[in-house]
Amino acid sequence: MKSSVITFPGSNCDRDMDVALKKFGFKNKMVWHADAELPKSDLVVLPGGFSYGDYLRCGSMASKSKIMQSVINFANSGGMVMGICNGFQILVETGLVPGVLLRNKYLEFICKNVFVKINDKKNKYFKNVDNEVLEFHIAHNEGNYFCTNDQLKEIEDNNQIAINYCDESGKIEDQFNPNGSIKNIAGIFNKEKNVLGMMPHPERMIDTSLSGEDGSLFFKNLINNLK
Amino acid sequence: MKISVIITLKKDVLDPQGKVIHQTLDGMGFNDVNEVRQGKYFEIDSKETDNDKAKAKVEEMCKKLLANLVIENYKIIDPK
Repeated sequence: MKSSVITFPGSNCDRDMDVALKKFGFKNKMVWHADAELPKSDLVVLPGGFSYGDYLRCGSMASKSKIMQSVINFANSGGMVMGICNGFQILVETGLVPGVLLRNKYLEFICKNVFVKINDKKNKYFKNVDNEVLEFHIAHNEGNYFCTNDQLKEIEDNNQIAINYCDESGKIEDQFNPNGSIKNIAGIFNKEKNVLGMMPHPERMIDTSLSGEDGSLFFKNLINNLK
Repeated sequence: MKISVIITLKKDVLDPQGKVIHQTLDGMGFNDVNEVRQGKYFEIDSKETDNDKAKAKVEEMCKKLLANLVIENYKIIDPK
Protein backbone atom coordinates (compact mmCIF):
# COMPACT_ATOMS: atom_id res chain seq x y z
CA MET A 1 0.00 0.00 0.00
CA LYS A 2 1.32 3.38 -0.99
CA SER A 3 0.79 6.53 1.00
CA SER A 4 1.78 10.17 0.63
CA VAL A 5 2.21 12.70 3.42
CA ILE A 6 2.05 16.33 2.33
CA THR A 7 4.50 18.70 3.99
CA PHE A 8 3.47 22.36 4.15
CA PRO A 9 5.68 25.14 5.49
CA GLY A 10 4.98 24.84 9.22
CA SER A 11 3.86 21.20 9.26
CA ASN A 12 5.42 19.45 12.27
CA CYS A 13 3.71 16.08 12.52
CA ASP A 14 4.63 15.02 9.00
CA ARG A 15 7.61 12.92 10.06
CA ASP A 16 5.70 11.31 12.96
CA MET A 17 3.06 10.31 10.43
CA ASP A 18 5.78 8.95 8.12
CA VAL A 19 7.12 6.79 10.98
CA ALA A 20 3.63 5.54 11.85
CA LEU A 21 2.65 4.70 8.27
CA LYS A 22 5.92 2.84 7.61
CA LYS A 23 5.69 0.96 10.91
CA PHE A 24 2.42 -0.61 9.81
CA GLY A 25 3.47 -1.44 6.27
CA PHE A 26 2.76 1.58 4.10
CA LYS A 27 5.32 2.56 1.49
CA ASN A 28 5.26 6.24 2.27
CA LYS A 29 6.45 9.23 0.28
CA MET A 30 6.83 12.77 1.58
CA VAL A 31 5.38 15.31 -0.85
CA TRP A 32 6.23 19.01 -0.81
CA HIS A 33 3.31 21.46 -0.94
CA ALA A 34 4.68 23.29 -4.00
CA ASP A 35 4.70 20.12 -6.12
CA ALA A 36 1.85 19.86 -8.58
CA GLU A 37 1.69 16.12 -8.95
CA LEU A 38 0.65 13.59 -6.38
CA PRO A 39 2.59 10.28 -6.50
CA LYS A 40 0.43 7.20 -7.03
CA SER A 41 -1.17 6.69 -3.61
CA ASP A 42 -3.72 4.56 -1.83
CA LEU A 43 -3.84 7.08 1.00
CA VAL A 44 -2.96 10.77 1.23
CA VAL A 45 -2.37 12.31 4.64
CA LEU A 46 -2.46 16.01 5.52
CA PRO A 47 -0.46 16.11 8.76
CA GLY A 48 -0.69 18.25 11.87
CA GLY A 49 1.29 21.39 12.57
CA PHE A 50 0.96 25.09 11.98
CA SER A 51 0.96 25.48 8.21
CA TYR A 52 1.76 29.06 7.22
CA GLY A 53 1.92 30.02 10.88
CA ASP A 54 -1.88 29.66 11.16
CA TYR A 55 -2.13 33.05 9.42
CA LEU A 56 -5.59 34.37 8.51
CA ARG A 57 -7.41 31.21 9.57
CA CYS A 58 -5.79 27.87 10.41
CA GLY A 59 -5.38 25.88 7.21
CA SER A 60 -6.65 28.61 4.91
CA MET A 61 -3.35 29.29 3.11
CA ALA A 62 -2.38 25.63 2.86
CA SER A 63 -5.77 24.83 1.32
CA LYS A 64 -4.79 27.02 -1.66
CA SER A 65 -1.32 25.58 -2.18
CA LYS A 66 -0.33 23.94 -5.45
CA ILE A 67 -0.49 20.31 -4.37
CA MET A 68 -3.97 20.75 -2.93
CA GLN A 69 -5.65 20.87 -6.33
CA SER A 70 -4.27 17.38 -6.98
CA VAL A 71 -5.37 16.26 -3.51
CA ILE A 72 -8.87 17.64 -4.12
CA ASN A 73 -9.08 15.88 -7.50
CA PHE A 74 -7.82 12.66 -5.87
CA ALA A 75 -10.47 12.93 -3.14
CA ASN A 76 -13.24 13.74 -5.62
CA SER A 77 -12.39 10.63 -7.61
CA GLY A 78 -12.78 8.49 -4.48
CA GLY A 79 -9.19 8.53 -3.17
CA MET A 80 -8.62 8.13 0.57
CA VAL A 81 -7.57 11.43 2.15
CA MET A 82 -7.05 11.80 5.89
CA GLY A 83 -6.41 15.14 7.61
CA ILE A 84 -5.14 15.13 11.19
CA CYS A 85 -5.34 18.26 13.37
CA ASN A 86 -4.01 21.05 11.12
CA GLY A 87 -4.74 18.64 8.27
CA PHE A 88 -8.40 18.63 9.38
CA GLN A 89 -8.33 22.43 9.42
CA ILE A 90 -6.95 22.37 5.86
CA LEU A 91 -9.69 19.94 4.78
CA VAL A 92 -12.51 22.16 6.06
CA GLU A 93 -10.95 25.13 4.27
CA THR A 94 -10.96 23.20 0.97
CA GLY A 95 -14.62 22.32 1.54
CA LEU A 96 -13.90 18.58 1.20
CA VAL A 97 -15.52 18.12 4.60
CA PRO A 98 -18.23 20.44 5.95
CA GLY A 99 -17.96 22.92 8.83
CA VAL A 100 -15.11 24.90 10.37
CA LEU A 101 -12.78 24.67 13.37
CA LEU A 102 -13.01 27.63 15.72
CA ARG A 103 -10.80 28.68 18.59
CA ASN A 104 -11.20 26.36 21.61
CA LYS A 105 -14.07 27.42 23.85
CA TYR A 106 -11.89 28.34 26.84
CA LEU A 107 -9.13 29.90 24.70
CA GLU A 108 -6.55 27.39 25.91
CA PHE A 109 -4.13 25.33 23.88
CA ILE A 110 -5.12 21.79 24.82
CA CYS A 111 -2.51 19.02 24.90
CA LYS A 112 -3.65 15.77 26.47
CA ASN A 113 -4.95 12.26 25.87
CA VAL A 114 -8.65 11.92 25.16
CA PHE A 115 -11.08 9.11 24.52
CA VAL A 116 -13.11 9.05 21.35
CA LYS A 117 -16.05 6.86 20.45
CA ILE A 118 -16.31 5.51 16.94
CA ASN A 119 -19.67 6.61 15.57
CA ASP A 120 -19.57 4.89 12.21
CA LYS A 121 -17.80 1.75 11.08
CA LYS A 122 -19.21 1.53 7.59
CA ASN A 123 -16.07 3.08 6.12
CA LYS A 124 -12.51 2.07 5.30
CA TYR A 125 -11.04 3.94 8.26
CA PHE A 126 -12.85 2.22 11.12
CA LYS A 127 -14.31 -0.95 9.59
CA ASN A 128 -13.30 -4.01 11.64
CA VAL A 129 -11.90 -2.03 14.59
CA ASP A 130 -12.99 -4.18 17.54
CA ASN A 131 -12.95 -1.36 20.08
CA GLU A 132 -15.80 1.10 20.40
CA VAL A 133 -13.62 3.61 22.24
CA LEU A 134 -10.06 4.62 21.36
CA GLU A 135 -7.54 6.66 23.33
CA PHE A 136 -5.84 9.25 21.14
CA HIS A 137 -3.87 12.41 21.79
CA ILE A 138 -4.95 15.96 21.02
CA ALA A 139 -2.83 19.11 20.80
CA HIS A 140 -4.60 22.12 19.36
CA ASN A 141 -5.78 25.67 19.83
CA GLU A 142 -8.49 25.63 17.14
CA GLY A 143 -10.38 22.37 17.40
CA ASN A 144 -13.82 23.63 18.28
CA TYR A 145 -15.91 22.07 15.51
CA PHE A 146 -18.72 24.28 14.28
CA CYS A 147 -21.22 24.08 11.44
CA THR A 148 -24.58 25.59 10.58
CA ASN A 149 -27.78 23.86 11.71
CA ASP A 150 -28.52 22.85 8.12
CA GLN A 151 -25.05 21.34 7.77
CA LEU A 152 -25.40 19.52 11.08
CA LYS A 153 -28.68 17.98 9.97
CA GLU A 154 -27.07 16.83 6.73
CA ILE A 155 -24.02 15.45 8.55
CA GLU A 156 -26.24 13.50 10.95
CA ASP A 157 -28.62 12.29 8.24
CA ASN A 158 -25.69 10.95 6.23
CA ASN A 159 -23.96 9.51 9.31
CA GLN A 160 -20.85 11.59 8.60
CA ILE A 161 -19.71 11.94 12.21
CA ALA A 162 -16.64 9.70 12.52
CA ILE A 163 -15.72 10.05 16.20
CA ASN A 164 -16.97 11.94 19.27
CA TYR A 165 -15.11 12.94 22.43
CA CYS A 166 -16.24 10.72 25.30
CA ASP A 167 -15.04 9.13 28.54
CA GLU A 168 -13.28 5.80 28.91
CA SER A 169 -16.56 3.92 28.83
CA GLY A 170 -17.82 5.72 25.74
CA LYS A 171 -20.22 8.17 27.38
CA ILE A 172 -20.56 11.24 25.14
CA GLU A 173 -21.26 14.11 27.51
CA ASP A 174 -20.50 17.80 27.76
CA GLN A 175 -17.95 17.28 30.53
CA PHE A 176 -15.83 15.12 28.18
CA ASN A 177 -15.83 17.76 25.46
CA PRO A 178 -12.37 19.38 25.60
CA ASN A 179 -12.87 22.26 23.20
CA GLY A 180 -16.55 23.12 22.80
CA SER A 181 -17.15 21.20 19.57
CA ILE A 182 -20.79 20.83 18.52
CA LYS A 183 -22.06 17.39 19.64
CA ASN A 184 -18.54 16.50 20.91
CA ILE A 185 -17.46 16.02 17.29
CA ALA A 186 -13.78 15.07 17.05
CA GLY A 187 -13.78 13.89 13.44
CA ILE A 188 -16.03 13.84 10.41
CA PHE A 189 -16.22 12.31 6.95
CA ASN A 190 -17.28 13.68 3.61
CA LYS A 191 -20.51 12.20 2.27
CA GLU A 192 -18.74 9.33 0.51
CA LYS A 193 -16.56 8.61 3.57
CA ASN A 194 -13.30 8.47 1.66
CA VAL A 195 -12.20 11.74 3.27
CA LEU A 196 -11.69 11.85 7.05
CA GLY A 197 -10.78 14.91 9.09
CA MET A 198 -10.08 14.55 12.80
CA MET A 199 -8.40 16.56 15.53
CA PRO A 200 -6.83 13.62 17.48
CA HIS A 201 -3.43 12.26 16.49
CA PRO A 202 -3.41 8.46 16.06
CA GLU A 203 0.26 8.66 15.02
CA ARG A 204 1.14 9.64 18.59
CA MET A 205 -0.27 6.38 19.96
CA ILE A 206 1.83 3.73 18.26
CA ASP A 207 4.42 2.82 20.89
CA THR A 208 3.71 1.02 24.17
CA SER A 209 6.67 2.56 25.94
CA LEU A 210 5.88 6.13 24.88
CA SER A 211 2.12 6.21 24.69
CA GLY A 212 -0.75 3.83 24.17
CA GLU A 213 -1.40 1.36 21.40
CA ASP A 214 -4.73 2.58 20.08
CA GLY A 215 -3.02 4.34 17.18
CA SER A 216 -1.42 1.00 16.28
CA LEU A 217 -4.89 -0.56 16.20
CA PHE A 218 -6.06 2.21 13.91
CA PHE A 219 -3.19 1.98 11.41
CA LYS A 220 -3.07 -1.84 11.34
CA ASN A 221 -6.74 -1.90 10.64
CA LEU A 222 -6.52 0.86 8.03
CA ILE A 223 -3.88 -0.90 5.94
CA ASN A 224 -5.87 -4.16 6.09
CA ASN A 225 -9.00 -2.36 4.95
CA LEU A 226 -7.15 -0.84 2.02
CA LYS A 227 -5.67 -4.15 0.78
CA MET B 1 -6.53 52.31 -5.24
CA LYS B 2 -6.97 51.33 -1.60
CA ILE B 3 -9.90 49.16 -0.67
CA SER B 4 -10.77 48.15 2.86
CA VAL B 5 -12.50 44.98 3.95
CA ILE B 6 -14.05 44.23 7.31
CA ILE B 7 -14.65 40.60 8.25
CA THR B 8 -16.97 39.87 11.13
CA LEU B 9 -18.22 36.65 12.70
CA LYS B 10 -21.82 35.77 11.92
CA LYS B 11 -24.35 36.38 14.65
CA ASP B 12 -24.74 32.80 15.85
CA VAL B 13 -21.04 31.97 15.95
CA LEU B 14 -19.45 31.87 19.39
CA ASP B 15 -16.70 34.47 19.78
CA PRO B 16 -14.70 33.52 22.89
CA GLN B 17 -12.11 36.26 22.25
CA GLY B 18 -14.81 38.92 22.07
CA LYS B 19 -16.25 37.53 25.31
CA VAL B 20 -12.92 37.77 27.13
CA ILE B 21 -12.37 41.32 25.85
CA HIS B 22 -15.84 42.19 27.12
CA GLN B 23 -15.06 40.71 30.55
CA THR B 24 -11.77 42.61 30.71
CA LEU B 25 -13.47 45.86 29.77
CA ASP B 26 -15.99 45.14 32.51
CA GLY B 27 -13.18 44.62 34.99
CA MET B 28 -11.61 47.94 33.93
CA GLY B 29 -14.79 49.75 34.80
CA PHE B 30 -16.40 50.01 31.35
CA ASN B 31 -19.69 48.69 32.66
CA ASP B 32 -21.97 49.90 29.89
CA VAL B 33 -20.85 47.41 27.23
CA ASN B 34 -23.53 44.98 26.01
CA GLU B 35 -21.36 42.80 23.82
CA VAL B 36 -17.97 42.76 22.05
CA ARG B 37 -17.42 40.90 18.77
CA GLN B 38 -13.90 40.69 17.38
CA GLY B 39 -13.29 40.84 13.64
CA LYS B 40 -10.58 41.44 11.04
CA TYR B 41 -9.71 44.45 8.92
CA PHE B 42 -7.79 44.40 5.63
CA GLU B 43 -6.37 47.22 3.51
CA ILE B 44 -5.81 46.13 -0.05
CA ASP B 45 -3.82 48.36 -2.37
CA SER B 46 -4.89 47.39 -5.87
CA LYS B 47 -3.38 48.27 -9.25
CA GLU B 48 -6.89 48.43 -10.66
CA THR B 49 -8.05 51.99 -11.37
CA ASP B 50 -11.71 51.29 -12.07
CA ASN B 51 -13.81 51.43 -8.90
CA ASP B 52 -16.35 48.77 -9.82
CA LYS B 53 -13.78 46.39 -11.23
CA ALA B 54 -11.60 46.74 -8.13
CA LYS B 55 -14.57 46.11 -5.86
CA ALA B 56 -15.58 43.05 -7.85
CA LYS B 57 -12.05 41.63 -7.58
CA VAL B 58 -11.95 42.21 -3.83
CA GLU B 59 -15.34 40.55 -3.48
CA GLU B 60 -13.91 37.50 -5.21
CA MET B 61 -10.92 37.57 -2.83
CA CYS B 62 -13.31 37.67 0.12
CA LYS B 63 -15.27 34.68 -1.11
CA LYS B 64 -12.22 32.61 -2.03
CA LEU B 65 -9.76 33.40 0.77
CA LEU B 66 -10.27 36.35 3.12
CA ALA B 67 -13.52 35.13 4.67
CA ASN B 68 -14.86 31.70 5.50
CA LEU B 69 -18.52 32.12 4.63
CA VAL B 70 -19.63 29.36 6.98
CA ILE B 71 -18.84 31.59 9.95
CA GLU B 72 -17.94 35.03 8.64
CA ASN B 73 -19.48 37.98 6.79
CA TYR B 74 -17.47 40.48 4.80
CA LYS B 75 -18.08 44.12 4.07
CA ILE B 76 -16.19 46.03 1.41
CA ILE B 77 -15.72 49.72 2.16
CA ASP B 78 -16.09 51.91 -0.93
CA PRO B 79 -12.69 52.77 -2.39
CA LYS B 80 -11.47 56.34 -2.06
